[in-house]
Amino acid sequence: MIDLSTRYLGFTLPTPLVLSSSPLTEDLDTVRRGVDAGAGAVVLPSLFEEQFEIEGHDLDHHLTRHAHSHAEAVTYFPDPADYALGPDAYLEHVRRVKAAVHVPVVASLNGVSSGGWIEFARSLEQAGADALELNVYHLPSDPLRTGAEVEGRYLEVVRDVRRHVSIPLAVKLPHFFSAIGNVALELTRAGAQGLVLFNRFYQPDIDLERLEVVPNLTLSSPAELRLRLRWVAILFGRVPADLAVTGGVHAATDVLKAVMTGAACAMTASAVLQHGVEHLGTVLGELRRWMEEHEYQSIRQMQGSMSQQRVADPSAFERANYLKVLRSYAVQPRPPVIARP
Amino acid sequence: MRAASALLPASERRWVMIDGNEAAATVAYLASEVIAIYPITPSSPMGELADAWAASGCPNLWGQVPRVVEMQSEGGAAGVLHGALTAGALGTTFTASQGLLLMIPDLYRIAGELSPMVMHVAARALAAQALSIFGDHSDVMAARATGVAMVASASVQEAMDLALVAHAATLASRVPFVHFFDGFRTSHEVARIQTLALDDVQALIDDQLVRGARARALAPEHPTLRGTAQNSDVYFQAREAANPFYLATPTLVQQTMDALAARVGRRYRLFDYDGAPDAERVVIAMGSGARTVRATAARLVAAGERVGCLTVRLFRPFSVHHFLAALPPSVRAVAVLDRTKEPGSAGEPLYLDVVAALAEGERSIRAIGGRYGLSSKEFTPAMAKAVFDALAAERPKNHFTVGIVDDVTHTSLPVARDFDLEEPDTVRAVFYGLGADGTVGANKSTIKIIGEHTDRAAQAYFVYDSKKAGSLTVSHLRFGRRPIEAPYLIEHASFVACHQFAFLECVDVLKVAESGATVLLNSPYGPDEVWSHLPRPVQEALLAKQLRLYVIDADRVAREAGMGSRINTVMQTCFFALAGVLPRDEAIAAIKRSIEKAYGTRGHSLVEKNWAAVDRALDALAPVSLPAEVSSTVGMRETIPDTAPTFVRTVTRELLAGRGDELPVSALPPDGAFPTGTARWEKRRIADAIPVWDADLCIQCGKCVLVCPHAVIRAKVVSPADEAGAPAGWRSVPARWRDMPGQRYVLQVAPDDCTGCALCVEICPVKNKAETRLKAINMQPALPLRETEAAKWDFFLGLPDPARPPLHLHQVKDVQLLPPLFEFSGACAGCGETPYLKLVSQLFGDRALIANATGCSSIYGGNLPTTPWTTNAQGHGPAWSNSLFEDNAEFGLGMRLARDHQRDYARALLERLADRLGEPLVRELLAADQTTDAGVAAQRARVAALRERLALIDDPAAAELAAVADALVRVSVWIVGGDGWAYDIGYGGLDHVLASGADVNVLVLDTEVYSNTGGQMSKATPRGAVAKFAAGGKPVAKKDLALLMTTYGTVYVATVAMGANDMQTLRAIREAESYDGPSLVVAYSHCIAHGYDLVHGLRQQAGVVASGAWPLFRFDPRRAREGKNPFQLDSEPPSLPFKQYAYNETRYTILASADPAAAKAALAAAEADIRRRWQMVEQLAGRTGGAA
Repeated sequence: MIDLSTRYLGFTLPTPLVLSSSPLTEDLDTVRRGVDAGAGAVVLPSLFEEQFEIEGHDLDHHLTRHAHSHAEAVTYFPDPADYALGPDAYLEHVRRVKAAVHVPVVASLNGVSSGGWIEFARSLEQAGADALELNVYHLPSDPLRTGAEVEGRYLEVVRDVRRHVSIPLAVKLPHFFSAIGNVALELTRAGAQGLVLFNRFYQPDIDLERLEVVPNLTLSSPAELRLRLRWVAILFGRVPADLAVTGGVHAATDVLKAVMTGAACAMTASAVLQHGVEHLGTVLGELRRWMEEHEYQSIRQMQGSMSQQRVADPSAFERANYLKVLRSYAVQPRPPVIARP
Repeated sequence: MRAASALLPASERRWVMIDGNEAAATVAYLASEVIAIYPITPSSPMGELADAWAASGCPNLWGQVPRVVEMQSEGGAAGVLHGALTAGALGTTFTASQGLLLMIPDLYRIAGELSPMVMHVAARALAAQALSIFGDHSDVMAARATGVAMVASASVQEAMDLALVAHAATLASRVPFVHFFDGFRTSHEVARIQTLALDDVQALIDDQLVRGARARALAPEHPTLRGTAQNSDVYFQAREAANPFYLATPTLVQQTMDALAARVGRRYRLFDYDGAPDAERVVIAMGSGARTVRATAARLVAAGERVGCLTVRLFRPFSVHHFLAALPPSVRAVAVLDRTKEPGSAGEPLYLDVVAALAEGERSIRAIGGRYGLSSKEFTPAMAKAVFDALAAERPKNHFTVGIVDDVTHTSLPVARDFDLEEPDTVRAVFYGLGADGTVGANKSTIKIIGEHTDRAAQAYFVYDSKKAGSLTVSHLRFGRRPIEAPYLIEHASFVACHQFAFLECVDVLKVAESGATVLLNSPYGPDEVWSHLPRPVQEALLAKQLRLYVIDADRVAREAGMGSRINTVMQTCFFALAGVLPRDEAIAAIKRSIEKAYGTRGHSLVEKNWAAVDRALDALAPVSLPAEVSSTVGMRETIPDTAPTFVRTVTRELLAGRGDELPVSALPPDGAFPTGTARWEKRRIADAIPVWDADLCIQCGKCVLVCPHAVIRAKVVSPADEAGAPAGWRSVPARWRDMPGQRYVLQVAPDDCTGCALCVEICPVKNKAETRLKAINMQPALPLRETEAAKWDFFLGLPDPARPPLHLHQVKDVQLLPPLFEFSGACAGCGETPYLKLVSQLFGDRALIANATGCSSIYGGNLPTTPWTTNAQGHGPAWSNSLFEDNAEFGLGMRLARDHQRDYARALLERLADRLGEPLVRELLAADQTTDAGVAAQRARVAALRERLALIDDPAAAELAAVADALVRVSVWIVGGDGWAYDIGYGGLDHVLASGADVNVLVLDTEVYSNTGGQMSKATPRGAVAKFAAGGKPVAKKDLALLMTTYGTVYVATVAMGANDMQTLRAIREAESYDGPSLVVAYSHCIAHGYDLVHGLRQQAGVVASGAWPLFRFDPRRAREGKNPFQLDSEPPSLPFKQYAYNETRYTILASADPAAAKAALAAAEADIRRRWQMVEQLAGRTGGAA
């Protein structure tokens, strides 16, 4: 019997395939079917503080902009007080998902203000989330802002949230850092028990006919996995955190690669969006078959087996350009130094 | 579920700041089971509150949520009410003015059947020589013969108390009640009142009587028959059979008032007398004006005069007994004030009742009557005193008026303006703001802070101007230690705030400032430099009245606090800091608490930004040291030049200057007929940024000209010679018209008329290749451009318009060259309706007769002081009128019939006079082809020739023909209105007129909501959209008016959306007009009630069409005659998900925020609607495939 279970954020997941944060997990029924199909955990869509802020401003602007301007129409909408904005619907979703599935439910949060991060994190914990994934990305478009400032802000957020909630914390990272390893390490020191590599974002495109910028989010492709594999492999054993891969996980082979480089689990969304939530079952079936064929008994057995510290050629994860690749065949790597994490 | 105690406290009464509408609606809601509503100003808020309370699950006295139903008209609401009462429910409704008139037939029925009921009326003027939304008693007086009992409240407190008296007394008496109070003055005055407790309401509403009403219900379990037709043998007797009920009612009402007094301590009488016990002169009045009379009498009594005031609370049944008992025996003369006019009567209603009562009582008292306060005309203590003074005369003037100058029939009383009753220790604050700057909202917050958190009495009243964009608001706030009895505007303010610096040059804001008053000015100039920027009259007033001036750059503070242009919080803070109503720290803490309460549900950052604005405001507020001498040489801005027409100079100018109250009767047309073309004289300068043309980039497509809602962008093609003498900065480029070689094209903006909506920029299809954010027209700050652009505009207007015949009017590009005969309306900036009207005016305006339903289009089209409808160089232009909301289609048909009849008469006279007029001319006149512009022009020329010949013929028939000769020219009858009219209140008439076959053109400006009255749901509201009366999103699909009307087969029908397809719009409007029969064009019109910045209006129009929610089609019966399919589908299959279009609009997203599950379900249902509808129109069009 093959053991697909894995440990992530202190929980034992029945499988290493996790339903990633995406519109899929907005729907209770999809979540339920995903878990039935074998999802080892569920990450809910991000609760964006900025969204409430924007919606709040937007709603306030449009409800009040033309109010009190004309004797016949003092307002143009029903009493605005009846239209409260807030995380209530999201929190209710957390509660309902938690009640409906037996696997860990990870809530995702993207805050703006210190107060917002803490307030929403607490609410999510109270709503029953098993763990929290902090989605810390923002685009530092201001050229005067240094990388150190950005990183410092992230660390502050993690420390703040850590102080106010007791459930496990994971941080979902972008890959735009000068020193990813150091950032990862500092995040764990700030209180993160898990690191999720890496976030994917809307990328602007250009409409050449209309001469307009078009925001665009394409589904991930398996090619994107490699960036994640590299960094999981490098970080595995070097930072005291559970690692998760997200972005480019489409097939069983992707899960295998993720786990072998060191991930505790592999998160998927695009493949499920493409093929339906039952695709999780297909991937897990293939995973089992591959492990049987290759005589693996468990996920834990293979986890980290291809990490930088455990592969024959650690420098393979560090090669960064074509020239080195060309000449690499001539140089035999030194035997690796074995050090278990 | 919201508890009933959310409306009223369970047992402990509390002090609140509410308006009269809310006060009355609270009791009405608690005491009712069925509430039938329809919006009409100023009563709409009562229905809206009832709907909102029901939507939030608030129960009535019996623990049930009343059923609130919005009907298609007040007539419909009254019918529902009648039915509900007949079947045993307790029912209520809210209305005013024309709405009450529509309910009158049912009121006779309800009263005749002795069904207990209370209707709450915010009393308002009736449409006579003109519509007015403002308050007087014309409406309730029109209902006085129906048999309803009538109770009048004079204040906000009374609106709550007497509402309960009415609801209780109707049960006791079985006589239905109209409870009324003065529209706006009481309905919209926010005052500090002590609420009733739920216990009070429960105690007065006798459950046994309620059960009695239920027992009388029409029910099959104990069947009876009502609504019989009675013959001459018994009708009379049966009518008299109800007498005992009416005879008992006054006593029952008094008993109810006494019961109320026993509980709450506020004592009311059917006729309340206040004044000297030995009064000789008494003024009798009803409603808020009675408070002014009472307060004035008190002051006069204190001065030793023997005067008094009799306040009428129960007007019907008029109890002669109670009336006579209330009048002191010493009285020798009474003056009866009626807030209504009954032309041709022996006197107004209350006066006649009083005269009759005195006669019946054989009291030898001189009685005179007079009119006051029509259409919310101010009624001040000085006017009340004028009445008392008049009464002292040996031969008092009867049938007088007070508050106006009547120089025609000399009815008016002289008024000594210096008399007033303001208490020196009352803070009297007047604020001048812009509609969009949040001034009124901030003041409502201020009085709530003071009225509900201190023991101060407080009162607020708000005055708005007639414009929907850039409107001026004036807030009048009083705070005092003693109760405030002043239902009139502040004339002597101790605090004046001007929230917009630009007002200083056009509004006399310091006129109300009393000597030594504090003045707060939002100024871009600091304390050291502001003086030199003040107009001379302002400097003079500051020094002469020794005013204390403070400045703050509120715009900068708001901007820096992240509040954009909302300066409300900043100015509110400054008021508290300066006015001294509360200790400063206490005030600031209270403001911050109120901010948290108001914005807490919209996110913490909004609260923090407002808090920051409070703190920054205190730092930025600075006193100004005034110099000793006036230094400015700049006067107030005069907008009307002396070259303007006489009427504009003598009347319009006064209205624009805010001096309309001072115009004498002789200045006004007695029949409501006003000159057109007056908006052009009103240079409002409300745009901060205006469009600037990039001549080199422009492709001369004309789209910007087409979509401009305010007709401020215009194009001409002129010869180079015409440009001689052009002012500095003038640009023109070679015209891109093949048939106009060598000509120059020029595009010009009217800088003083532009509202800055930027729709022109949005529609411009050309982008700058080096900097794609730039187009061929771009917004730039207005201030530096005004002078040069104004000079260019004046020069542009003087250039010749192109002749029509060579133009290809099926092209937008050519239509841009037609002068608009609808310009500079007061519609909202970026209005979605006005471009259609402007287009109609360009194409057919010189021969258009327009019937306009009441609504937005009648307000921006016909609300004084100015009208956008205008004339061309020949003096021809649209002739426009508004009859009512409900009868517009019929009104337009009447115009058509009149014109057709005159034409036929003219043709007959032509035949009769043919030998003397000359056969060739007569034959040409009779056979003229007027299907083209050239044909119409030729006919006009023939009519001119005809007139010349008729002048030479001495025959009565010639005079007759001269009187109707114009009817020989083809007139274009347009019936215009919004969806509230076409889909709801006027639908029956519209349907009938379209079925009539008459040659009328109906243009429905479909904003999918009642826009003018503030966003109530109509049957045009789409599924899932939130509107008033549909707080949870409209649950059913939009009515498909256009498709319905295609079923006649004889009506030309089109749906258009200019922002989606301007060519199709142009084609449809031209086809509709050319069709010799009824035409209906339903035009999608974006609106502020949709909740997004209207700069995106055209994009949203494109979106609604691309989503399939608004298919474009044309149904032309002429094609059927040619054997073709009359139905032409002009839009493509849905290509944009409905959500992607809809979720740009607050009316949809508000539901997604508040109730995501309901929004999701509504979205799915709306998508299903779209698929179903698309399949239908595809089938009709004979298209195959193209799945939705």
